Amino acid sequence: MLRKTVQIITAVLTNSYYKGFLNGTIYKGKSKLFCVPGFNCYSCPGALGSCPIGAFQAVVNSAQYFISFYLLGFFLIIGTLLGRFVCGWLCPFGLFQEWIYKIPLRKVHLSHRYGFLKYFKYLFLLVFVIFIPILFSNAWGVGDPAYCKYICPVGTLEAGIPLLYTNESLRSAAGTLFNWKLGILLLVVLLSTKIYRFFCKYMCPLGAIYALFNKISCYHIKIDKQACNKCGNCLNACKMGGIPYEDPNSPECIRCGACKKACPVNAITTGFNIPVRKANFRRF
Amino acid sequence: MKHRALQFALILFGSMLVITGIKRQEVHTVLTKAINICLECIGIG
Repeated sequence: MLRKTVQIITAVLTNSYYKGFLNGTIYKGKSKLFCVPGFNCYSCPGALGSCPIGAFQAVVNSAQYFISFYLLGFFLIIGTLLGRFVCGWLCPFGLFQEWIYKIPLRKVHLSHRYGFLKYFKYLFLLVFVIFIPILFSNAWGVGDPAYCKYICPVGTLEAGIPLLYTNESLRSAAGTLFNWKLGILLLVVLLSTKIYRFFCKYMCPLGAIYALFNKISCYHIKIDKQACNKCGNCLNACKMGGIPYEDPNSPECIRCGACKKACPVNAITTGFNIPVRKANFRRF
Repeated sequence: MKHRALQFALILFGSMLVITGIKRQEVHTVLTKAINICLECIGIG
């Protein structure tokens, strides 16, 4: 309940320029100098902050800069402080997928045999967010924000659909590319009804960045190995496909706390730099 | 303890990178992109 409340408040607060939704425009204030931690398109009519993935591409594909220190620093700070806590608690698109997953359709739980699919999000990060925007540019030295342009279903949902709905001139300019992106969004929505947080697991480059910090982030999960009897309740509760009692801070963990709730012996704790009990210290 | 030192070092290094980015005026590139409708994001450009 607390997590849902935080997710809703974050989504509303970071997208509270309601006039944009009515007029088909976007917010133009200085708060957009700063990035929000989650995936939130800056062209969403309500957005008050910038999307970190969009901002990274905007800097590296510009003619002036080869790399973005501003965004690398941002990823280092947020990743080290929170890791994928951002995905579980602060990302509006994560919340959207959780709602979609509530649609009562038969669910698909991919076995560990398909675990390799999780590496696709790193591929999206490397190819579409880093390599193409940096390496391919036109005669003026300006590259393509490839992930935003060809893949990102968040932009289509939060910006494309509301802006095209309210803005006649944009609607008339939409063509093949918009249809392609709409197709990706529909595919993600469809798969999200079957697979929990499909986009987060397999497609999200921002989740891929934060995943790299999960093992060392200040906010983390601790298992009391003396209390844990390996009953497997946490394993069944984890919808991200993790094995909490073996690897509580796996790169896939979004800190949703489902494992903690499911533990019958309260062996799981979450928080910022939780002190380790002396008796367990040797085991970590 | 090792973890905390690493966390501190990463946050410090991250802050230095952010300050460098601000000094290089990267934030203006971000702002310029963010206050204009991103045609690529919405599937037009």
